Amino acid sequence: MVGTQSLKYDNQIHIIDFDDENNIINKNVLIHQAGEIWHISASPADKGVLATCYNKTSDSKVMTCAAVWRMPKELESGSHESPDDSSSNTQTLELLCHLDNTAHGNMACVIWEPMGDGKKLISLADNHLLLWDLQESSSNAVLSNSAALEGKGQLKFTSGRWSPHHNCTQVATANDTAIRGWDTRSMRQIYYIENAHGQLVRDLDFNPNKQYYLASCGDDCKVKFWDTRNVTEPVKTLEEHSHWVWNVRYNHSHDQLVLSGSSDSRIILSNMVSISSEPFGHLVDDDELSDQEDHHQEEKTKEPLQDSIIATYEEHEDSVYAVEWSSADPWLFASLSYDGRLVINRVPRALKYHILL
Amino acid sequence: MSVPQGGPLPGPAEPGSEPPGGKRRPHGMLKLYYGLPDPAGEARGGLPPGGDPGGPTDINGAHFDPEVFLTKLRKECSLAQLMDCETDMVKQIRALDSDMQTLVYENYNKFISATDTIRKMKNDFKKMEDEMDCLAANMAVITEFSACISSTLQDQHEQITKLSGVHTLLRKLQFLFELPARLTKCVELEAYGQAVRYYSKARSILHQYQHMPSFQGIQDDCQKIMANLAQKLREKFRDGGSGAKDLAECVELLLQLDEPAEELCDEFLSHARCRLEAELEALEAELGQPGGAPITDILEFIDRGCNIFVSNMCLVIASYQELFVSREGVQGITRMAQDKLVAFVNSLMETYFSLVERRIQLEKGVGDNSLLVRALDRFHRRLQALAKLLPASNVAAEGTEIVVRAAKERIRQYLLALQSFYQDCLTDVRQSLAAPRLAGKESPNLAELLGTISASVLNQIKSVLTYVHLFTAKDITFSNKPYFKGEFCSQGVREGLIVGFIKSICQTARQFCETTGDKGGSTPPALLLLLSRLCLDYETSTISYILTLTDEQFLVQDHSPITPVTSLCAEAREAAQRLLNHYVKVQGLIISQMLRKSVETRDWVNTIEPRNVRAVMKRVVEDTTSIDVQVGLLYEEGVRKAQSSDSSKRTFSVYSSSRQQSRYAPSYTPSAPLDTNLLSNIQKLFSECIDIFSPVEFNKVSVLTGIIKISLKTFLECVRLRTFGRYGLQQIQVDCYYLQLYLWRFVCDENLVHFLLDEIVGSTAHRCLDPVPMEQSVIEVICERG
Repeated sequence: MVGTQSLKYDNQIHIIDFDDENNIINKNVLIHQAGEIWHISASPADKGVLATCYNKTSDSKVMTCAAVWRMPKELESGSHESPDDSSSNTQTLELLCHLDNTAHGNMACVIWEPMGDGKKLISLADNHLLLWDLQESSSNAVLSNSAALEGKGQLKFTSGRWSPHHNCTQVATANDTAIRGWDTRSMRQIYYIENAHGQLVRDLDFNPNKQYYLASCGDDCKVKFWDTRNVTEPVKTLEEHSHWVWNVRYNHSHDQLVLSGSSDSRIILSNMVSISSEPFGHLVDDDELSDQEDHHQEEKTKEPLQDSIIATYEEHEDSVYAVEWSSADPWLFASLSYDGRLVINRVPRALKYHILL
Repeated sequence: MSVPQGGPLPGPAEPGSEPPGGKRRPHGMLKLYYGLPDPAGEARGGLPPGGDPGGPTDINGAHFDPEVFLTKLRKECSLAQLMDCETDMVKQIRALDSDMQTLVYENYNKFISATDTIRKMKNDFKKMEDEMDCLAANMAVITEFSACISSTLQDQHEQITKLSGVHTLLRKLQFLFELPARLTKCVELEAYGQAVRYYSKARSILHQYQHMPSFQGIQDDCQKIMANLAQKLREKFRDGGSGAKDLAECVELLLQLDEPAEELCDEFLSHARCRLEAELEALEAELGQPGGAPITDILEFIDRGCNIFVSNMCLVIASYQELFVSREGVQGITRMAQDKLVAFVNSLMETYFSLVERRIQLEKGVGDNSLLVRALDRFHRRLQALAKLLPASNVAAEGTEIVVRAAKERIRQYLLALQSFYQDCLTDVRQSLAAPRLAGKESPNLAELLGTISASVLNQIKSVLTYVHLFTAKDITFSNKPYFKGEFCSQGVREGLIVGFIKSICQTARQFCETTGDKGGSTPPALLLLLSRLCLDYETSTISYILTLTDEQFLVQDHSPITPVTSLCAEAREAAQRLLNHYVKVQGLIISQMLRKSVETRDWVNTIEPRNVRAVMKRVVEDTTSIDVQVGLLYEEGVRKAQSSDSSKRTFSVYSSSRQQSRYAPSYTPSAPLDTNLLSNIQKLFSECIDIFSPVEFNKVSVLTGIIKISLKTFLECVRLRTFGRYGLQQIQVDCYYLQLYLWRFVCDENLVHFLLDEIVGSTAHRCLDPVPMEQSVIEVICERG
């Protein structure tokens, strides 16, 4: 049984459970009253708590704010047992606290400290990096630290990611074409990848197992892999998408599996064996190839484009804006596109066994 | 003297054989009589009608029997015939009688004189016999005397012989005793050759009689002097001032003095080495300062090297071989000497080669290389001579090796030169692309530039080929080495130079695609376009032309694998494709950046009601038009879909109808999200998925379609990230309509533009707080006014 979270623009939060055994999708809808949601992230410590960035329109002004919310109790306790699994089941989120951003402008995203006790948050607001401490019972958020990005022109953070390594003291952020790394203790910049992408950097992700490795994607249709110790050039570049890549995600437990979603309405699952934490150069590499070929014959919809590309998913009909691995089952992932379609896919079985065995 | 005596002279002649002349006839008869062969007579003898010649009926025959003849006549002949015969016979007898009388008369005088002569001779012989007897007596006396004298002289003769022997011995002894003095004198006069000759004459004798004290003394003296002489010779030898000939002389003398050959070899060689090394140093000095320009040109350098060093080397080798190697002597010495010589030559030639090679490496100019080729040729030729002189050494092989290396190096340099030339061309193009833009007429010279660059590159290739071709010219000695015939042509020139160059062109093209992607387009897009066209031209014609040219000039005999034309063409085509794709990307990026900035920087919630098309849209259309012109200069029009030829009127209507749908879209309320999905899905059912950054084809329409797709998709994505007010939506509507009015003619499938623009308006409506669309007529009015 897995749980994924998804958002709709229409001010609802849908909690979707996917029952692996029965192939049944359960959906719970929570009303998000504040406004349309732009970014969402769940607390790693308390699974009932989540943070959102949302648009608030008032007096003909659009502001993007951030807040921390708590889901209703009964959902936490196991939603699949909930008697009403229809979509009409709407409940309201309980507001825990606002992250006050009036001084800093629009919130781009909120990220939780990945290993902590759910007390620390980073939010990116225009050109500020804000570190928040949640007070007791998460009812109050205090701005504990902040750093500002300075430069000419209007600099805006587009996304950020909290590194799970180094005792959670590193955050990477992206603005325009550059990627920056921050130390949360001193709030200083520790590395800076200039011109990481030819155009806007859309998303980042840290390799969960290799502390210096970072994946990024952007408007130049590329997914790049970086070693933060040597930022002059990428370790590897994938150029498979034909439009902006909106999202890139490492698999939580098998870091050779990388998902990327793009506005060419495709999701590409790549197998980056060469830069993963797995020992490179299996004796069975040839088998892997033949496996892929078998797989190709079995399923026509998935085509291995290259050695490193496992599958391309083309179920979406419009731009894919988000992809995410399941936190419970490492072989499952979901993707969301503009046409409002959420697609849950599984890693090809042959590859799964190949990695496991 | 023959006298016709008796015989059948008066015999009857045959009736048919009348003698032609009385004179002639009797001789014939006489001859017949004496048994002499007379061909005429014999011939005549066969004629008588009586048949058997010599038979009893033949009147001229030896066995003539008158009885038989008469009976025969009587039997056979008539009376008349007998009468005739009788008259005939009488006539003949008369004639014969007169003949006989004439002969007797003629020969009578001769008989008389012969008798006289014989009588005279008898008297003379008698006188002579007496004189002969006298002579014999005298001779006997003389013999006796002579014997007497010789017996007397015998003793004295023996004495004289003995005396002359003693004399010779004495002279030898005198020579020996005088030898030290003479030698000293010779040494003083520096007539070493003479001295050695003297000494070598005396040496064996002295050696033989050295047990005698006096000879011992002489020998000691001589040896001392000769040691001195040898010393002097050696000094002279070491001195080094003398030429090779003197040196050779010295060595010869020393050898005659039984100096150890090995030592001499060493000394000779070391001496020669000194001189040759000095020459090498002089050569090295000519190399000039390291890094600095060489003092003399390469031909002169090689010339000098050949004339001085190599010829001296030859001289040394020749004299050495004459002195040591070809000498009749112990085999071991010959071999040792030969080995030494080879080692010596090899070591020196190595130095020389390294010098030559350094010099060749200094030769970096890439212009006409005939000088270099000639220099190499000369170098090679001289080495051949040297190698002939000393076949055991590997100079020839190494020399060829050097030439080969030089040729390879040359090819490499030409490749570099070609590449840099190409880069220069690109820089020129870049500059001329930048310059006229200031002058205001940016595009008309694109095609010209393309022509210029391809022509100049082609010319450069041709001239380089000509230069390289010198290496294989017929009059160059090394051109018929297998390397130059085979590998040089195919691997060196064809693969290394031409294929390498073409590959580097493609490589450069690819680099343009890759680097600019990261660094934000430092290459002017027009250059990308130009290069793309260039690569395409290469693919279609130039590559095969160049390769054919190369193959013709260098008749490749080598069968090593060569890059086929097709793969090069494929590479060029790929490069062209990538460049064009990149061009599309860059141009698309420029326009989409413009659109993105315009969408992101505006506050769409609080805009005023649209009165005009936004300036940025006009700019987009302008840019697209200029790109269209630019691409049109280099690429053909390409194929549009059928409906594109329709008038713009219909385009409007299509657009309007789809607009009708999209205008519908905003009317649903947020509570009915399913409708939106349904609607957009239905829309999408009718339009295929669009590949935004798809590869383009080599024509104008395809290029522009690519650019416009990219731009509009960006517009769409940007719009989806914003929130719009009512007027914001209306502004987008106006903008889209404007774009639609102008962009359709650039693309191959106008439905694509419609689809994307509808999507934009639809998304805007979706993102709109207060979706109230503008009237279509108003939009049209605004757009036409703008």
